[in-house]
Amino acid sequence: MLYHFAFLSLNFDVFNVTFEEINNRAKSEWEALQKGTYILVGTATCGRAAGALDVVDAFNKELTRQGLEVPIIQVGCSGLCYADPLVVISKAGSLRVVYANVTPEIVPRLVEGYVAGDDPCLELALGTFEGGDGEAVYIPELPRFEHELRLILRRCGYIDPENINHYIANGGYSGLEKALKMSPEEIVGELKKSGLRGRGGAGFPTHRKWELCRKARSTPKYVICNADEGDPGAFMDRVVLESDPHQVIEGMIIAGHAIGAEQGYIYVRAEYPLAIERVQIALKQAGELRFLGDNILGSGFGFHIEIAAGAGAFVSGEETALIAAVEGKMSTPSPRPPYPAELGLWNKPTLLNNVKTFAYVPLIVKRGADWFASIGTEGSKGTAVFTLAGKVASAGLAEVPMGTTLRELIYDIGGGIAKDKQFKAVQIGGPSGGCLPETLLDIPIDYDSLREAGSMMGSGGMIVMDEDNCMVDAARFFLDFSTKESCGKCTMCRLGTLQMLHILEDITAGRGTIEDIDLLLALAEDVKIGSLCGLGKTAPNPVLTTLRYFRDEYEAHILEKRCPARVCPELTAYYILPDKCDRGCEHCVLTCPTEAIKGGKGEVKVIDQEKCSKCGTCLEVCPPEYNAVVKLSPVSLLPSPNSSEKRARK
Amino acid sequence: MITEEQTSQAVAEILSSHKKEKKNLIPLLQEVQIRLGYLPRKAMQEIASFLEVPGVEVWGVATFYDQFRFVPLGKYHTRVCMGTACHLAGGKLILEALERELDIKVGETAEDGNFSLERVACIGCCMLAPVIVIKDKIYPKMTPFKVEETLIPYKQEPQGKLKE
Repeated sequence: MLYHFAFLSLNFDVFNVTFEEINNRAKSEWEALQKGTYILVGTATCGRAAGALDVVDAFNKELTRQGLEVPIIQVGCSGLCYADPLVVISKAGSLRVVYANVTPEIVPRLVEGYVAGDDPCLELALGTFEGGDGEAVYIPELPRFEHELRLILRRCGYIDPENINHYIANGGYSGLEKALKMSPEEIVGELKKSGLRGRGGAGFPTHRKWELCRKARSTPKYVICNADEGDPGAFMDRVVLESDPHQVIEGMIIAGHAIGAEQGYIYVRAEYPLAIERVQIALKQAGELRFLGDNILGSGFGFHIEIAAGAGAFVSGEETALIAAVEGKMSTPSPRPPYPAELGLWNKPTLLNNVKTFAYVPLIVKRGADWFASIGTEGSKGTAVFTLAGKVASAGLAEVPMGTTLRELIYDIGGGIAKDKQFKAVQIGGPSGGCLPETLLDIPIDYDSLREAGSMMGSGGMIVMDEDNCMVDAARFFLDFSTKESCGKCTMCRLGTLQMLHILEDITAGRGTIEDIDLLLALAEDVKIGSLCGLGKTAPNPVLTTLRYFRDEYEAHILEKRCPARVCPELTAYYILPDKCDRGCEHCVLTCPTEAIKGGKGEVKVIDQEKCSKCGTCLEVCPPEYNAVVKLSPVSLLPSPNSSEKRARK
Repeated sequence: MITEEQTSQAVAEILSSHKKEKKNLIPLLQEVQIRLGYLPRKAMQEIASFLEVPGVEVWGVATFYDQFRFVPLGKYHTRVCMGTACHLAGGKLILEALERELDIKVGETAEDGNFSLERVACIGCCMLAPVIVIKDKIYPKMTPFKVEETLIPYKQEPQGKLKE
């Protein structure tokens, strides 16, 4: 793993070296690697959670045992999170084979078979790795790659994020080299022609921010990368920083050159320690090769980047709140205008863009605005990166051209709904976004279509919900989140959302009235109008969209005291079907955490509804051949007279 | 417990490598917390006098952000992800199971100092939902039943020796 440091310490005069020389050295290191056998293991946070580091250990052990010297490269995430831990064995002149869900147990077989021998262990393979060398890698055996177009994910899972030479050998920093020869006006002009819009969610045209900052007279100016990815369910910024951090750094340096800034900050949320670590390494290496520093590539232009680690506040994602956080203050938003482009960090002109926005910049500079503008739709250019999670079969990350339909994304890329369940809704854009129903699955993904449907692109987190998810509960969840994360500055955001939450809690507990729906709608409008920043302005969206598309579920909760998805605990009961219960088996009795299940050996098991905490363990452990535990809603469906008496007493 | 002298010594060491600039407030608090596990009152007072800002400003910032704590954490700090994907996959049941098994409420540290429990918004492992994190180890696809099993080795090694 340390071979690149050895390279960096080679005795050459770093101060007189040209980009061409740096590029050549990187390429020869990369080519030397390609001539042999090597192993890639995806060790981004998602891979680690699935056990990737154990797999790395197992490879190390097995390679040592067999006396083999084969480099193991810890790469980032290739977006196939459902297949983690993901391993690729690359052999010169032979197939690069991808293995999914690798465990330490099968590592000896892979080493024996394909590292040492010629058997690619196809029975364990997911597919083969194609592409690379500056182009996106893909796995032709997986149909999802026919629908994807990977621009900023093209190196993720393929290069060592801790080795700058891998990035350079695959096209890295050549955008910067070109940009340094362009005038700031030309760069901003290219951005304008490209049609790039901010990937943080709101979709503000990127060139307008850059142009405002470029023209601002006050100095010094600052560039800030917003990596405070706070939307629950969104993790693409994390993946980009953990898998290919240099493209973001390169984009920021180009931004510095274009607006005349010499200092940049990357604001990364505290919950992403690995991203912080990998960005730190990337910054150090970029400095060693003079892509950062006082005189970048001999151009006379100087730029420095520091990391500002977030301390855990969702509102910090809002640009004025983020600036306050970098200044060391409480992270609360300020009214706009003035915009940060005029009065930002320490009241100086500040350019603030999202991680992905910066990542597109080197590509646009290098390949040209016309190329970028040819991808996507009229109003939304380029690609969109989405995280697909929730009840989708193949969860992970996808990058598709703007204009791809939701249906394509969920079914062709995500593999449809897991466990053959019925699709119910897709939630886009986190707590600021909305839940869209099946009838809207054919709308194209772009800023304007999603907004029209009541949702928003947001950060690109997409959560798929199936028949087992309750939409009222989902709305309650998001509002709970917004309430907790409201900074408290605006009354309507602090208390209006809380009031809405209380109403939703009443509805999910069966205490709602039909008038509550109108009250929710009225409050939603007030919260939108009465809040300063995006957090409050968009917080009612999950409630508004669920009311718009799933009003019947609200009515079932209110009028019938029934939760159609059988999720809301107050409206649901667990019941053991007497004719299905095996009697001899005691799985439920032994595992029930509240000892609510009675019935000795040979007897039918019965749940004491008063003791039941509705944790669902009995349903989980009841052997599938009996399948005796069911969930009932409304609770009045419980057949035993005994339990209905108890319910009456409650 | 950490004594006041230990606190002062640790804080002095941390302060010595920082400039007296207000933008360093959050990094300073973060470093103190990494070193001591939480923010003792004394540490915040010393940071305030170093930066020449009122103590209440340090307190305001420290209490604003979720990351900072004012009581020591348990030896096995347990975080429950309550992000969207985890919620939809039953995260609340996992939280309830942990509260039940550890006999503490979310936000608390057990009296014997072994466990503490915290809810976090999203740790970005949505495809493995629902997840919990004990110390730094992530446990994917939890169920209330698996919570019980997962905790067994930690309960058997209560001195915090189990690293993962």
